[in-house]
Amino acid sequence: MATNLKGRDIISIKELSKEEILAILKNAYDLKKSPKPKLLDGYVMGSCFFEPSTRTRLSFETAMQRLGGRVVGFADPSVTSSKKGETLYDGMKIIGQYVDAIAMRHPLDGSARRAAEATDKPILNGGDGANQHPTQTLLDLFTIKECQKKLEGLDIAMVGDLKYGRTTHSLAQALTHFGARLYFVAPDSLQMPSYICDELAEKKIKFSLHSKIEEVINKVDILYMTRIQGERFADPMEYEKIKNVFVLNAKMLEKSRANMKVLHPLPRVGEIETNVDTTKHAYYFEQAENGLYARQALLAMVLGKIK
Amino acid sequence: MKNEKQLRTFKVFAIKEGTVIDHIPAGQALKIIQILKLYSHDHIVTTGLNFPSKTLGKKDIVKVENRELTQDEANKLAILAPTATINIIRNFELAKKFLVEIPKQLSKVIFCPNPKCITNHENMHTLFYTKKEKVGLKLQCHYCEKIFSQNDIKEYCV
Ligand SMILES: [Zn+2]
Repeated sequence: MATNLKGRDIISIKELSKEEILAILKNAYDLKKSPKPKLLDGYVMGSCFFEPSTRTRLSFETAMQRLGGRVVGFADPSVTSSKKGETLYDGMKIIGQYVDAIAMRHPLDGSARRAAEATDKPILNGGDGANQHPTQTLLDLFTIKECQKKLEGLDIAMVGDLKYGRTTHSLAQALTHFGARLYFVAPDSLQMPSYICDELAEKKIKFSLHSKIEEVINKVDILYMTRIQGERFADPMEYEKIKNVFVLNAKMLEKSRANMKVLHPLPRVGEIETNVDTTKHAYYFEQAENGLYARQALLAMVLGKIK
Repeated sequence: MKNEKQLRTFKVFAIKEGTVIDHIPAGQALKIIQILKLYSHDHIVTTGLNFPSKTLGKKDIVKVENRELTQDEANKLAILAPTATINIIRNFELAKKFLVEIPKQLSKVIFCPNPKCITNHENMHTLFYTKKEKVGLKLQCHYCEKIFSQNDIKEYCV
């Protein structure tokens, strides 16, 4: 497999080929099994969080430190010059001169792409507004492969806010490489956008739309839950009506496939009852941990230490 | 190629040297003047609105004296006036005629309609990728990656 991500920006999952995705997952697997605490000795990662996201930030920073690298950066945009009116371009150009790679999160769509124009150092996009969050998709794929022992030909349901949830958009797009059968479970007003459905149809991916978890739960290998936010509804009554329809509890899992695993990008609010946590199907905490290995693999690859 | 009938449109306000942009969908002429920055052109620019047209029903015409539009410039009109024809006039005669082509990329032509797009917050150029549909055109922003239809585009870089 000839992949080389040295020097590459990781902005959007769509820019990664199937071979590159598989290489990242393989490296993440190796790093999980046998840690390499000296691999990035002498390297510095800039951790630029223009918007707070404690989980993503700690995952990136820990990934760098577990490989022996160092971290500089900020977790709060109020300390940066952007408050004084400095452009993102200037700010990232300067930070790029200090560090070897940059993990960033920013509230505006397209900010990571813009940052990549400002510096030659690899940018790892940890979320640009509502647009992309490729490391989440990579850790999702890694987790699916880990718990199902394969990626090809799985039956996968996505549940919740599929309209605004970038996590499920990117995952659906990435799964087109692996011939998944997809089930989308959401209230009508929050179903998967048509441009994603068109893309799936173009790539001959089978999918169907559903309004109840019960319609799909016994047919799938992965149940990918997401949160529905009340703010998405103009009418609070509508939210009250639907919010309990998209909640998973242990009883609903009784007839599901033995290998079926429940995933969730976390944080959850009420959409997975805690009684699910102790079933053999719960896998969301393992999923969160896997972010560490996916990010380690990416850092080591864009810095050219592994292929 | 240049018989009396074909040249009628140009004769309405005949020009010696320059460009006649014909078959502009009615209502778009003034935006075209903006996009091509014709308001700062040194010579005469004439605009005609709502000419009868067999294919469009109504059409606008823009006539620019002493400037020959290039294919690249014409392609900037792809979103506003995909039907436009560009007639290059030399010494009162039609010297060259070409159509607007939809370019694969549109750089610095339109603003991104997404208010949360970085391009609307920094002093920077926009870039869009075009994709022809059965009817019309889809445009994807290079930065925010959102996909728009022609009707979503409200602002042009001028
Ligand atoms: Zn945009």
